[in-house]
Amino acid sequence: MGFTLAYLSLIILIPLTALFIKAAGLGWTEWWNLLTSPRVLAATRLTFGLSAAAATVSVICGLLVTWVLVRYRFPGRGLLDAMVDLPFALPTAVAGITLTTIYGKTGLVGRHIASVATWVKETWHPTGWLGDQVNSWADFGAAYSPLGIFLALTFIGFPFVVRTLQPVMEDMGHDIEEAAATLGAGRWIVFRRVILPLLVPALLTGFTLAFARAIGEYGSVIFISGNLPMKTEILPLLIVSQLEQFKYGAAAVIASGMLVISFALLFIINLLQRQLDWQNR
Amino acid sequence: MDHLQVTTESRPVRTLLILSALAVLSLFLLLPLFAVFTEALRRGWEVFFASLTDDMAWSAIKLTLIAAGVSVPLNTLFGLAAAWLVTKYRFKGRALLISLIDLPFAVSPVIAGLVWVMIFGAKGWLPPARLAELLAPLASLAGKAASNDSFGGLFEGIAAWLADPRIVFATPGIIIATVFVTFPFVARELIPLMETQGSDQEEAAVTLGAGGWRIFLRVTLPNIKWGLLYGVLLCNARAMGEFGAVSVVSGHIRGHTNTLPLHIEVLYNEYQFSAAFACATLLALLALVTLGLKSLVERLSGQSAKGKH
Repeated sequence: MGFTLAYLSLIILIPLTALFIKAAGLGWTEWWNLLTSPRVLAATRLTFGLSAAAATVSVICGLLVTWVLVRYRFPGRGLLDAMVDLPFALPTAVAGITLTTIYGKTGLVGRHIASVATWVKETWHPTGWLGDQVNSWADFGAAYSPLGIFLALTFIGFPFVVRTLQPVMEDMGHDIEEAAATLGAGRWIVFRRVILPLLVPALLTGFTLAFARAIGEYGSVIFISGNLPMKTEILPLLIVSQLEQFKYGAAAVIASGMLVISFALLFIINLLQRQLDWQNR
Repeated sequence: MDHLQVTTESRPVRTLLILSALAVLSLFLLLPLFAVFTEALRRGWEVFFASLTDDMAWSAIKLTLIAAGVSVPLNTLFGLAAAWLVTKYRFKGRALLISLIDLPFAVSPVIAGLVWVMIFGAKGWLPPARLAELLAPLASLAGKAASNDSFGGLFEGIAAWLADPRIVFATPGIIIATVFVTFPFVARELIPLMETQGSDQEEAAVTLGAGGWRIFLRVTLPNIKWGLLYGVLLCNARAMGEFGAVSVVSGHIRGHTNTLPLHIEVLYNEYQFSAAFACATLLALLALVTLGLKSLVERLSGQSAKGKH
């Protein structure tokens, strides 16, 4: 008991407290000015917006993949099942440089993105925000744009959804589906009205896990994002750049803000997981 | 046949769903994996091997092994102790303790590095100069030991470090940052496992007169060995591959504080793409071996669980 608590305090609690104390060393006005500065606001909007979008797409793709893995039998299923964990096991720096290469202008996927974007640009001449995006895609593929960050975050978040959904779907008996079918419901109706509602807690948990991971993600994003302040700079990178300019206080303030949000998400995840355990019983 | 038809989809729908899942998985997971290896070999085997046998690559590999070699055993020990405490005893604040163990999962890797800079950095609580004052008695002790040294300079090294105790931008910082991010892995796997097993068998062992240590070795350990192995595997994969936290504390001193993932970053930013990917293949292989062993452990533990029923 003594060892557990001492080790926990030494490695986790004291360092995190040190961070909050460092952040508290700055006055309220400094806090306010820092957190409402355009660069921090832009990074916050980008990080949370793209994390939510990536988690949503992870949920959709994850539902499809889990459905196929749990319900159908086909050659190579076991291998695919094992491969789902690749984003967990692959170091983020490797994922970062690889995704940048694939989705960059000369990459296997990026070159098609670039040619489609060039075609769109020459046919419709989009303007405004979308026009900027299309121009960037035509020049660099998906790299160095929010699209690239989104792709990297989806890669990272996807296994969370599959691994939360899988046990729930495996435990789901066929009896309720049979009951629905005897009442004359077609497969689509059964899926929408019977199966999907049962999966909602698991889907929400998967979404939150993927979202929480995406907010803090660093390694797989920094290579593909290009790190332009105000445009493709994510919050963790903003912390690092403050640190490199020796603005320790500013880095601590942004980090504390992120930590508070992460703890709130952890709390929500715990509540959702309790609901899931209850449902699985 | 009728039974099958009501709980599954028609053949075309099934095929369509399987194909689209395959498309998602191959585009999303297999393509990146494939790209690591093709990019690494783009300029031939010679460049590939040259980049792996480079001095900088070697020192990066060595540092990565040191960081994992310290943090994995430490966190395994902690995981065992914490899981034992949380599942065999009931006390106030138990639920809080379980959530605290999970905390590092919720913290961004960048923040996991930042906290150590806040403590041991030049402007932190315990900057190197202050730490040297605190460690002065130890340093003089190590100095004395070094003067009649029979350990081949071991104490000399310790004394030198104690005289100028750098943590951030040096190896100790990389190690503690790695310990922070890999903290929950083993405990995480063991807690649910030991929770479901309860403590009936341990209680039976006590009534038969076995001591605490013997109970652990003969009763608890065999029951949790697969979960333990699983946790250690995941912990090791993360320890060797950690980037964000280590990047913040390392200071990127080539040949001294670059781990393998950081070395890959440096090479990539210097446009040495083939060399970067050559080093990346090592980590990708580590990931593949981890996944393979993980499936194996899952299968073996599934069999042993079935064997018991």
